[in-house]
Amino acid sequence: MAQAAPPAIETVRITKKFPGVVANDHVDFSALSGEVHALLGENGAGKTTLSHIVTGLYRPDEGEVRLFGEPVSFTCPRDAIDAGVCMVHQHFRLVERFTVAENLVLGDRRGAGRHFLIDPRAVEGQVHELGKRYRLPVDPGAHVWQLSVGEQQRVEILNALYQNTRVLFLDEPTAVLTPDEADTLFETLRQMATEQRTVIFISHKLHEVMAVSDRVTVLRDGRVVGTVKTAEATPQSLTALMVGHELHTVRRTPQASVREETVLEAEDVWADGDRGTPAVRGVSLRVRAGEILAVAGVAGNGQRELAEAVAGLRPHTRGEIRIGGQALRNGDARAAFDAGVRYVPDDRIGTGVAPSLSIAWNLALRAYRRLSRGPLLPLRRMRIDAEQAIQTYDIKASGPAMRTANLSGGNLQKLVIAREFSGEMRLLVAASPTRGLDVAAVETVHAHLLEAASDGAGVILISEDLDEILALNDRVVVMYEGELTDVEDRQSVEEIGLRMAGASPTAATGQAASGGRTPNESPSA
Amino acid sequence: MNNSLAVVLIAAGVAYGTPLLFASLGELLAERSGVLNLGVEGMMLVGAVMGFWTVQRVHATTAATLLLALVIAAVAGAAMATIHAFLVITLRANQIVSGLALTIFAGAVGLSSYLGNNLTLSDQPALHSFQPFLPGSMQKWPIVGPILFGQNALVYFSWLCVLAIAWYLSRTRPGLNLRAVGESPAAADSMGIDVTRYRYVHTLVGGAFAGLGGATITLAITPQWVDGITGGAGWIAIALVIFAFWRPELCLIGAYFFGALQALAPELQARNITLGPTVLWANALPYVMTIAVLVAVSSGTARRRLGAPSALGVAYVREEH
Repeated sequence: MAQAAPPAIETVRITKKFPGVVANDHVDFSALSGEVHALLGENGAGKTTLSHIVTGLYRPDEGEVRLFGEPVSFTCPRDAIDAGVCMVHQHFRLVERFTVAENLVLGDRRGAGRHFLIDPRAVEGQVHELGKRYRLPVDPGAHVWQLSVGEQQRVEILNALYQNTRVLFLDEPTAVLTPDEADTLFETLRQMATEQRTVIFISHKLHEVMAVSDRVTVLRDGRVVGTVKTAEATPQSLTALMVGHELHTVRRTPQASVREETVLEAEDVWADGDRGTPAVRGVSLRVRAGEILAVAGVAGNGQRELAEAVAGLRPHTRGEIRIGGQALRNGDARAAFDAGVRYVPDDRIGTGVAPSLSIAWNLALRAYRRLSRGPLLPLRRMRIDAEQAIQTYDIKASGPAMRTANLSGGNLQKLVIAREFSGEMRLLVAASPTRGLDVAAVETVHAHLLEAASDGAGVILISEDLDEILALNDRVVVMYEGELTDVEDRQSVEEIGLRMAGASPTAATGQAASGGRTPNESPSA
Repeated sequence: MNNSLAVVLIAAGVAYGTPLLFASLGELLAERSGVLNLGVEGMMLVGAVMGFWTVQRVHATTAATLLLALVIAAVAGAAMATIHAFLVITLRANQIVSGLALTIFAGAVGLSSYLGNNLTLSDQPALHSFQPFLPGSMQKWPIVGPILFGQNALVYFSWLCVLAIAWYLSRTRPGLNLRAVGESPAAADSMGIDVTRYRYVHTLVGGAFAGLGGATITLAITPQWVDGITGGAGWIAIALVIFAFWRPELCLIGAYFFGALQALAPELQARNITLGPTVLWANALPYVMTIAVLVAVSSGTARRRLGAPSALGVAYVREEH
């Protein structure tokens, strides 16, 4: 590697402020030609902001971007693309109704697309050739909406390669991929690096960073806390850099707080899914006070419908749900809340909060009825309560008036928890509470779940994450095609995995020997 | 044979459908860029009155006057569309509200009616109008004579427009950019396409087409000025765009279909054909069909399946905090 050559891309003391937040604070970052450079940090650490500045979407408040040693000032993404700097966003920038070839021609200013008349079929040969060279096979005539998410990502990368990109940023590219697809992606990125291109891989997942990168730059709270060679780093050392202290992994001492008193009894509960077909099929279960019942399973097997039925958001068509011995009125969310049911939904932004309202208003969504005097909302009280919740739950926000949609995922979840933990909680239903969160936020959410249990609430933890289930459960059940099956050994990955794939308890013993980890991925795979 | 109901209806459908065709082509261009323009009716009326004003006041040869009238009608429509464009693209106002406001502002008791009264245009025969100009012998050919050769120049011009727009959308660089802007402005923007400019240009051109459509009524179909002469044609044009799945060639078929529906009532009356309250239902038919089309495609999913531009009706803001 040519040591004398200037870095392919370099930022010098970049600062970017948003209202109430310093997203980037004098960031010095550089990546060389021919390397895969990971940008590691928790959500909100400033990784995406930095890449948006380098790729022309934001203008920095201070500092300079240099490309191969030359200062550059991009005013829009197009400038950056023309200079050879591209970005693959988390939300793809593709025209869904266009074919792959049309999408490529759209951004093309050099080849087939520079004339007034266009012929998207002219680029098909190049698509095939690039696809072969970088292991990115796609049908150039296919419409983007027909492609899987993983294929759409390939189109984004192909597009960058077609634009002859020298520096490619990828923002959390594996979030939408199955493990196999992620491995293929890594090969593509390595191939790009051997051709002296620069790949900047933004992630908060340690094992991916360890697997794919040559060097790692760690951001925390908008500042660079270190750049290290991956070969000389360990996951522990990177975590320490990322969160600023060593993490203590939670692990539940089984039955620590479980009491005899039953908080939830469900008997032969049936509920329909959104399409009107039964999604929950005869579920019976019992949760005791202080107990964490983990519901494992691949998403889409009726977990959401079960959770919503218990929370009163979805009517059950048959059976009975009792909280503390009292039958719950069917499909009455307020009655469920009054009975002590608290719900942390998996769809945070859609169901969990009203994203365009302020933090204070969202926090008051449960309590406003109790707090209001007549028809008037107690705005002052709401603001004071919100300030307190922001403090207590460590929500990173500019203040109670901040628009909730502008919170990061982890802080959004803290807000939902802060709201739901109010009043007398008897049962907490948490659906995929840590999905998409960074390590520190996961730690916080887990601590809150444990706190709920030790305070005597029953907890239903619905999750696809086996590590989470193993760490927290007192008891495990698996949901498969709308039915629950018990798992005998609460720490057996094999047994849980087999049940998640639909194996019946008797068949399970025969297959256990060959069973490894769960064979299931997300249903979109 | 050329007097049979079918031939007469189709020929009349082509003639009556032409204003609808112009207006729906304009609406199609605006919608393809992501701008819903419910002001079409108002723009047509302003174009109709200004076009008619030109032929009454300008003294030149018929051809020159008519050409000038079309230009003025188009400019008037585009001027109206500029208001809409400024409100919804630059100020990001609600597109439905802005479009409705424009139609009310320019409509039957608004600007167009004021202009008509103030310029004393009502109850006057037109000094110039569009007439069929192909040789009479060709117009007598069986079937194709009245339908294809008995039309005025605007009809043939509209055919050119259909071809040009279809070619523009599918084969040209700006056409591809336009479709991208209407489908995914964020993607277009990141590829360096000026979303604002594309939306402005196509909304204005759309307004010009609406003005042209209005002028077609006052210069060719019923050469006179009457308050509210478009009679809801702008609304039919909006429904037509959906009916045509946002494709210009289908706009043509749809426009002629609705044109023929409009011709149905007078034709049935002229032939003394009665089927119940004939005048009532035959006159109501185009509007009933319009409502039916709009109801059938009113759900978002249906519109998407039919090919509505994904960003239709949505203002674009570049993603920033």
